[in-house]
Amino acid sequence: MVMIDKIKFKLISPKMIQKMSAILITTSEVYDADAYPVEGGVMDTRMGVIDPGIRCKTCGGRSGECQGHFGHIDLAKPVYNILYLKPIKTMLTYTCGSCGGLLVDKDKIKDDKTLNKLTVPKTCPVCNEPVEKIKFERPMSFKRGNHVITAEESREQFEKISDEDLKHLNFNGGRPEWMILTILPVPSITTRPSITLTSGERSEDDLTHKLVDIVRINQRLLNNLEIGAPEFILDDLWELLQYHIATYFNNEMTGVPPARHRSGRQLKTLSQRLKSKDGRFRNNLTGKRVNFSARTVISPDPMIGVNDVGIPEKIASELTIPIRGTKDNIDELKACILRGPDAKDGANYVIRPDGLKKKIIDMNKEYIMNEFSEGYILEKHISDGDIVLFNRQPSLHKMSLMAHRVKVLPHKTFRLNLTVCTPYNADFDGDEMNLHVPQTAEARAEAEQLMLVEKNIRSPRFGGPIIGGVQDFISGGYLITREGTVISKELAAQLLFKVGVVVDLKKEIYTGKELMSFILPKGLDVEYQANICKKCGTCKKEKCTHDAYVKVADGEMISGVIDQNAISPFKGRILDKIDLEFGHSEAVVFLERITRLATEYLMYRGFTISVSEEDVPQSVKDDINGFVDEHFVKVYALIDEFNKGKIEVQPGLTPEETLEGLILSELFEIVNKSQNLIAKEAKDNDAQIMAKTGARGSIQNLTFMAGIIGPETVQGHRIFRGYKDRTLPHYKRGDLSAEAHGFVRSCYKQGLSPTEFFFEAMKGREGIMDSSLKTRISGYMQRRLVNALQDILVARDHSARDSSGRIVQFVAGEDGIDPSKSDGGKLINV
Amino acid sequence: MFEVNCGVIIMDESVVQDVLGLYEENIDKLDISAKEKGALKKSLKDKYRDMYYDYGDAIGVIAAQSISEPATQTTLRSYHRAAGIGLNITQGLPRILEIFDARKAPVTPAMKIYLKKEFNTKIKAINIASSIKETNLKHIMVLDSLDLGNMTVEVELDKKLIDKLSIAPDKIVSAVKRKIKNLNGTIDGNKIIFEMNKDKVTVKDLQTLRFKLREVHVKGIKGITHCIVEKTGDDFVLYTLGSNLGKVSKIEGIDISRMVSNNIFEIADTVGIEAARTTIVSEITETLRAQGVDTDVRHLLLVADTMTQSGDIQAIGRYGLSGSKSSVLARANFEETIKHLVEAAVAGISDELNGIVENVMIGKTARVGTGLVEVAMKTQTSAKVDENNKK
Repeated sequence: MVMIDKIKFKLISPKMIQKMSAILITTSEVYDADAYPVEGGVMDTRMGVIDPGIRCKTCGGRSGECQGHFGHIDLAKPVYNILYLKPIKTMLTYTCGSCGGLLVDKDKIKDDKTLNKLTVPKTCPVCNEPVEKIKFERPMSFKRGNHVITAEESREQFEKISDEDLKHLNFNGGRPEWMILTILPVPSITTRPSITLTSGERSEDDLTHKLVDIVRINQRLLNNLEIGAPEFILDDLWELLQYHIATYFNNEMTGVPPARHRSGRQLKTLSQRLKSKDGRFRNNLTGKRVNFSARTVISPDPMIGVNDVGIPEKIASELTIPIRGTKDNIDELKACILRGPDAKDGANYVIRPDGLKKKIIDMNKEYIMNEFSEGYILEKHISDGDIVLFNRQPSLHKMSLMAHRVKVLPHKTFRLNLTVCTPYNADFDGDEMNLHVPQTAEARAEAEQLMLVEKNIRSPRFGGPIIGGVQDFISGGYLITREGTVISKELAAQLLFKVGVVVDLKKEIYTGKELMSFILPKGLDVEYQANICKKCGTCKKEKCTHDAYVKVADGEMISGVIDQNAISPFKGRILDKIDLEFGHSEAVVFLERITRLATEYLMYRGFTISVSEEDVPQSVKDDINGFVDEHFVKVYALIDEFNKGKIEVQPGLTPEETLEGLILSELFEIVNKSQNLIAKEAKDNDAQIMAKTGARGSIQNLTFMAGIIGPETVQGHRIFRGYKDRTLPHYKRGDLSAEAHGFVRSCYKQGLSPTEFFFEAMKGREGIMDSSLKTRISGYMQRRLVNALQDILVARDHSARDSSGRIVQFVAGEDGIDPSKSDGGKLINV
Repeated sequence: MFEVNCGVIIMDESVVQDVLGLYEENIDKLDISAKEKGALKKSLKDKYRDMYYDYGDAIGVIAAQSISEPATQTTLRSYHRAAGIGLNITQGLPRILEIFDARKAPVTPAMKIYLKKEFNTKIKAINIASSIKETNLKHIMVLDSLDLGNMTVEVELDKKLIDKLSIAPDKIVSAVKRKIKNLNGTIDGNKIIFEMNKDKVTVKDLQTLRFKLREVHVKGIKGITHCIVEKTGDDFVLYTLGSNLGKVSKIEGIDISRMVSNNIFEIADTVGIEAARTTIVSEITETLRAQGVDTDVRHLLLVADTMTQSGDIQAIGRYGLSGSKSSVLARANFEETIKHLVEAAVAGISDELNGIVENVMIGKTARVGTGLVEVAMKTQTSAKVDENNKK
């Protein structure tokens, strides 16, 4: 296969344009009366064909075979190529106008920066003619002193510059006179295809419109030159030609009115085709569309494996893997053919060794099966156990694209295990995900070895698990392992069957911890404080009264409970340890077992919250009201002090700022106290369990529902916007009290007063604006960061190098340790 | 640091020792035989080797993702309050952007200054703070007024403040004289009377003089608007808003070795590029940590190293690293497509297609990770060839 080795960028010479041109464009007419392309017009069929059936007049190829051919326009007068205005100015400035000699000392030029600093002498060192300053006049002309340099004149000057001088000026892309156009290449019709609308009307490409303009003015200028028209008419026409050619190259130049379509829309010309996000570079060259992919809504499946993905039958019978028939697999493949294109685990196409592709349909499947032999390739449906890539956008890190094993299932959504929600950042409120099928054996092997879900358990970001139990898995784990859970032999057998662990149950009654021990791998030793830990001064270790000290010895759970700190992403200590000591696949087995045990137990026990869970005793309500009163008194005292001007101003702040700071901390104190109280007083109900095990929600959420919401802040301050000197007409002007500036005394359960609701809405709006703004900013930051660092690799000698081989770090990461293989970035964690 | 042995790279013993410092520290506490100690050391060494990056790992992309993925979670407009309520320092996403953009000065430049042992008392700390904080005439005066009778400007000083800051009135006069030419100042108790050495003094002249006088710099370091003393542990620490490493380091009593600033360019200029690199790492680490984000230092080290590799600080973006790449296509792909293509054409540059995007564009396997190696399969024929070669 021919491989591109390197790409050289150069200027194109007029000769070259002439040589590659198939036709000279001479008329601005496009179609004749029969709607047939005019010969010598911009849609001449010698420049390629786009309509099916017609043959190209140059190469004889049909649409699709013929890539198109360039044409050219001979310009009546030279014009500037406006893309090169900057280098043209450099050339004009640093070479002599009369002899083309280099004006500055060639030894002093190192690069463009040093060149720009050099001063141009008063007279030419070669021919001693006086040198005048070159001025660039917006938008596209140059002046020598007071004289406007025409494109012809600059061309003459450039022709005199010697090749040697060009090298000194860092001009290696050809001749400078090529930056001034005498002949304009016309791109092929395939580059600017016209579309036939349903009404039968032809709609031309923007480039075609522009080319027609250029040809028309060029023709007019040519005629006027021939008849010897007065100078000013020629000048005007030349300027118009320059304008059209300028906008043909770039339609977004400052100071040049953009060329417009009849409808008033700006034309998309050459520069616009390449530029920015929707341009050729970012949209077509770096971003590519692929076959063998699928996209649909995702939904959860707690029983599917961590490494698996459930694929709808409909999708599975569309996506295929090419498999070559060998003597070992021919019977299997023949069975696939026989199942046909619609059945599960069937096949869609057969490719004969001579390259002919045959579609399998129910009518011909027997015939194809009999024909199929070694060396044939079968495009077989993906089936259980195949490797596919699964992705959710935005793809913010490498765990956004992981390899899964296929599991073909009924219904129409992709099913995934809930433990992989975290790396994908997926939920099921309508999220869609993409699926890709690797087509070669190398790709499949690579995907399986490097990208499989289990290989990505440890995040390279921090060296801990990013896959792990969430929500119900945590609360279920807690409920089953907490003190007091008794499980009968029957229930234990039922649960363990669902989990898939076969053990001989000898006892009549089991505790949850004993049940958990069946799941934990033998040889696991781990000790840590669970999430439910109350953080009492000295830790009593396994004698903890809250059962918050987890101790596992040789796979036996001795004390503590399973919660967030055991199995969750980021924090799960047990999961982390198993992954580190027993390997990824063992970690997956553990995860699958513990999540199934948790869900099964939850289904047996039941788990729900209701409005009454947010009930708090009257005494708590009274206490909270007490806090409010207590701190309100303090706030009023502060306001009083401030009004009397007695407030002690904090360094660097105004008295107003000081007051605000103090008031706000007083008000937050109310919420803090209430929160502590609710944490202490709340009943041990399901809502509370979720909060304290870290499954979902927090004590703060509960406080907001059952206790008090407290001060609303916008941009870190109490609310001050609204009317003059007050937030709402409900309050007096200049009222500085808590209520007047967004203090919410109610809780969600009790309901908010209209003013409170209004303040709450203000804060809510800020949050929404913030997050939408943030994604934009951080998205661009990511693009920049990735772009700056993407070429840095680990070299053979463990150094970090960029694509040109420059060393960035002598040892990658300073110690050569890959965080995704480490224990929290460390060699060993003790 | 490395020695190459039969194509296998073996890390120098000293590096292993560094990493295995833990082993050295704790080995004596363990009650095991010398043989077991040796085995433990070996197993630790093996473990270390297992944790190496693989050849071809795209650590650049991983580092970039590891920083920007959690950045999506950080709060946008967040200010951290250093030293109690006093000083607000930019934090969160804006601060991270500021560092990567390599802006010449941060929005809120700040310093943290420790004192030498002899000066580590409250009184001395406050004294030093007052000599650091920028004090202008307007800060220490009660009133300035125009005396239209004598055509002079009278400035009444805040006696208490002057004593507190120990500024002698004659020092003020000389400071003013240095700043404003043709002026006479006479001290009259609490007041200083300024007279212009000019034939005709108009009221307008006096007005402009009055405003000029207010801005006269009397004491401290220009640009440092706040300086607060805090006690952390045994140390009295000065926190400042505004940064000037060069001038602050000349003040007596300051422990230069522990002085910190968040102005990376200033650090690069005064202390050197290595210090700037360290500051980039520590600033990002602290910003991320304040947001509760856990990111391995190795990623930050890589970013800081690329930013400072050339000897000065290069921004992450079109005017920095991305704009100075060697590949034309990579630059054109990022931003300012046309500009890069035109420049390349004029200079006649070739793109060697070594990087990743370039290869994506032309449809070749990019030379990263598994793209660097090829699969060799042992077939029956190749096995025979091997055997023949052996013979």
